[in-house]
Parts: sequence; structure tokens; C-alpha cells
Amino acid sequence: MTLEVHIEKKLADFTLDVAFRATETPLSILGASGAGKSMLLRCIAGLERPARGRITLHDRILFDSERRVGIPARERRIGMLFQHYALFPHRTVAQNIAFGLRDLPRQDQAARTASLVSRTHLAGLEQRYPRELSGGEQQRTALARALAIQPEALLLDEPLSALDTHLRSQVEAQLQETFASYRRPALLVTHNMEEAYRLGEQLLVLARGRVAAFGAKQEIFRRPPTSEVARLTGCKNISRAHANPDGTVEALEWACRLRLAQAPSAAPKYIGIRAHHIDFLESPGEAAAEPNVFPCWIVRTSETPFRITLFLSLDRLRAEAGEAQLQAEVFKEKWERFRDRPQPWRARLAPESLFAMPE
Amino acid sequence: MDWSPLLISLATSLVATAVTLVAGLAAAAWRQNRAGAGAALVDGIFILPLVLPPTVVGFLLLLLFGRNGPLGKLLLQIGATVVFSWPATVIAATVVAFPLMYITARAALEQVDPHLLQAARTLGASEARIFREVALPLAWPGVLAGTILCFARALGEFGATLMLAGNIPGKTETIPIAIYFAVEANEIQRAMAWCAVDVGISVALLGGLYYWTHAQRLRRERWGQH
Repeated sequence: MTLEVHIEKKLADFTLDVAFRATETPLSILGASGAGKSMLLRCIAGLERPARGRITLHDRILFDSERRVGIPARERRIGMLFQHYALFPHRTVAQNIAFGLRDLPRQDQAARTASLVSRTHLAGLEQRYPRELSGGEQQRTALARALAIQPEALLLDEPLSALDTHLRSQVEAQLQETFASYRRPALLVTHNMEEAYRLGEQLLVLARGRVAAFGAKQEIFRRPPTSEVARLTGCKNISRAHANPDGTVEALEWACRLRLAQAPSAAPKYIGIRAHHIDFLESPGEAAAEPNVFPCWIVRTSETPFRITLFLSLDRLRAEAGEAQLQAEVFKEKWERFRDRPQPWRARLAPESLFAMPE
Repeated sequence: MDWSPLLISLATSLVATAVTLVAGLAAAAWRQNRAGAGAALVDGIFILPLVLPPTVVGFLLLLLFGRNGPLGKLLLQIGATVVFSWPATVIAATVVAFPLMYITARAALEQVDPHLLQAARTLGASEARIFREVALPLAWPGVLAGTILCFARALGEFGATLMLAGNIPGKTETIPIAIYFAVEANEIQRAMAWCAVDVGISVALLGGLYYWTHAQRLRRERWGQH
């Protein structure tokens, strides 16, 4: 089954203009809040009407502005998981799950509900009201309710954002399990790049209503096509850049000249490197043969439970003025070994970790 | 003592409340997904009886249902006259109570989380089913409060009823009208007795309403709505 979407819709401060195709592998849609992600899902579900375009699911045309087709939401057979679940508060878990099964004979309703209850690990909670469930249980109920209608596509709007951190990994596992057995187009909207990466196979990056990147997630994370995508996928170090005649690239903000693993295809306007790819050399002798090794000064640090973020500058004067241009991330163990060494240290921006971006 | 005003008042209010409940809900449901000047105008018309003096409402109804009025003529063709009959008390009470039902039903329906209605749509439910099984059960406490207010308002209706139905003892003489004519005829005892009955019914109704909303609040806490 394939979901093909090509829609345009005018929003408050930009136009949503998106075209993509989702197959049977889960697709993560990543974007900052207000990028149009939820609106995109709502258009596919039939809760909003695009101004123009076409949406097809398998062999059905759900929406086509030219042919004036607009199948109402209730006939689309698209399961939607809402951000705050939208469970019916006056119905029990079992009644919520069975809501979409009204046209089935009673025994079939009960059988399908029971099978979903067990698949989503809700056994024993059938007679509870949503209010009496934990966040994770509510989420699973909403998932079971959406799956009950055997939808031909599944849309999840920020499925983890309403959950406490400790519940997320558990719910994520449930979602992965669901995706693994679902085998139909599944779209997941999130503003969290790690969620997007873990739950999706394909990745679509949405920025101000447009597709900024679309493809295999590994490729997009390794080589973001634009600086915007780099930022949205969590890249902390992005500098304006220009190419030198000798094939090296000048990183203007970082004040260094860099060699790349392969010559950029287009004239680079930006260059980036992920924080955990910046390396610090153990001994001065190591430096001689390596490209892209620069003396650096640590301006300040910031700790997370297992790692430490170092804000650094390759320019001594700017470091002394308290200005950092680069962020590196290292494990605490390495930091313990390095912390008392005299500065400057030697930072390495490995050519294979750098990516040049034309815009 | 002649108890007919009590029976007429109760019968009138019950029928008027039932009609208002259905019409008010239908109007509120119709209005729910609409916006714009047309809908606002309809709003104004629906709420008008609440702000107009009852005598004006009564007079307009008289023009409408009178022998030469558009509806009056129509009814005359099937041999029915409304003016100065018991149905007239029902019509007057219904028209005057309708805005209360409309306003409370609309407010109650608007409070229902729109995501619930959208979720129901994606699950294949028709709009009628969504109204019946999602919107209405969740809006019901507000709707019921509106129903009780309507009943109380219908029970107290005087001006429009007098204009359209007159004062025919045993037929259109409701409690408020009985009180008015008792005072006019200087039958103070009778007037006081009917006042006591009216106060009694109203206190019982409002007490019941308070008790109901309290019980509902407890139930809704279980649903997680406040």
C-alpha cells in the first residue's frame, strides 16, 4: 500500500506545500512547532481541506482538487492518534476501542476488541474510564481504538509529547511493535529528532510548510542537504563558508580552513559538523599527519548526566573575550582525562565528519 | 379551591419544555459548525424573545396566529384556532423559554473538546451518531440545567400568555394569570395561596438543579472533565 500526498494549503503565516509518498515503512515527519506538521496530518485524515492537490491511498483517491473529490474523514479509513489522545471520557477502555466497530456483529466487535486489548497490553483495564488510566495506558487505548478499524494508513500526531520522560521508552517500544506488524503507511509527526530517528525508517523534514529533506533517515542525518535541515536534525555547529581555489573550504565563523573528504558538488555556503564528531587529540605528536587539527580554547562547559558539552573557540583572543564558536560533546570519562591539561588543546574536525551545504 | 391553574401551568410548562428541548438542541447543533453574518443574525432572532418585553412577544404572536395572521390563516384552513385556547399558552411559553435552552445548549456543546468529535469522524461515525453518542452525553449536564431553567421560565410566563391566550378559567388560566386576576379582584387569600404554590415549585426545581449539578460534578470527575 502506498500513500501519495501532494497538497497546498494556506496557513496563517506561510503556505503548506508538500509532496511525498509513503510506503509500508514508517515515515517520521520532523519539524519545529508551527512548521505545519499537524495540519498536514489533518489534511490527510480529512479533518481539514487543502486548497489544492491530490491525496491517494493505495487505489483510492481521497482528495483531488481538480476532480473535485473530497472523501469525508469518516470514509477514509485512516487511523489517527491525536496528540492528547482524544479518548471519549464517558466511555470505558473497551467502549472506546469498539467505537469504530459499530457495523460489525456483536461477537466480532467483542473479539476484535479483546484481541486489541491483549496486543496493546491493556488486559484488566477494559472497564476503566480514561481518567483512571496512566498516560501510557491512555496512549495505548487511543492506539488500539485507531487500529480497531483496520485503517489503511496510520497517522500519529506527536504521540510521545504528552508523556513523562520515563514512560516514553516504554511507549516507544509499543509503537515500534505496532509498526513492525502494521505493514501499511504509517506517518509520525514529531519535533523531537531522536524520536523521529528511532521510530521512522524514512524521514521527512518540514520547515515552514515545505519539504526541506525527504529520504532515508541515516542519509539525512549524515549529510543534511541544507543548513536548515542540519539545524532541525540537531547539528550544533554550522558556519558560513566559502570554497578556496585549492579545494579547501574556509569556515568563516569558526576561523579555520578545512579540508573535506570529497569536493562539494555545489559551491558551499555553509559547513557543519556534529558536536560529538569533534575530537580532541591525546598527544601533540598525533597531530602532524592529520588534516583539520587546530589549537582550541575551552570557553565554558555544560554538563548532562553522561556527557559534557564544551563550548570552544579556535581563536585565542575570542576565547579570552568569552566567545565560543563551536560545541563539542564528549563522554565524562574523556573529560576527566583532559580537564586539567594546559590549553590550548588540539581539536580535530575530521574531513569525513564535515558536510558542506549549498544553502 | 379550584386547582385548575396548577394543572394548566404544569401541563403547559411540561409540553413547552419538551418542545424547547428538542428545538433548542436542534438549533444549537445546527449552529455549531457555522459562522458568519447569517449565523449571527439567526442567533439574534433566536435570542430575541429573551430581551423583548413579553407583551411585545405576545403581540407579535397574536399578529402571527390571529385570524388574519399568516399562521392563523393556515391553521384556519384545517379548522383550528389557536388564539385564546390552551395551545396558545404552550406556544407563548415555548417561545419565551426557547432562548434559554438555545443559549445553554450551545454553551454546553461548545465545551465539548472538538478533538473528540474529530476522533469520532476518523473512526467512521456519522455526524448524527457523533452528536448522539459523543457530543450530547458530554454536553448533557448543561443541557439538563437549561431544561430546568426553561421549565421554570415557562412556569412563570405571564405577559405573552395573557396576550395570546387570555384568561379563561379552566382553560388558559395559569398560576401567574390567576394571581394577577385574584389581586385585581381583591382576593388576597387566593393570590397568596397561588404565590405559595409558585414559590414552592420554584424552590423545589432550583434545589433539584443544584443537587443534580453537584451529582454530575462528581460523575464528571470520574470522566476527568471539570
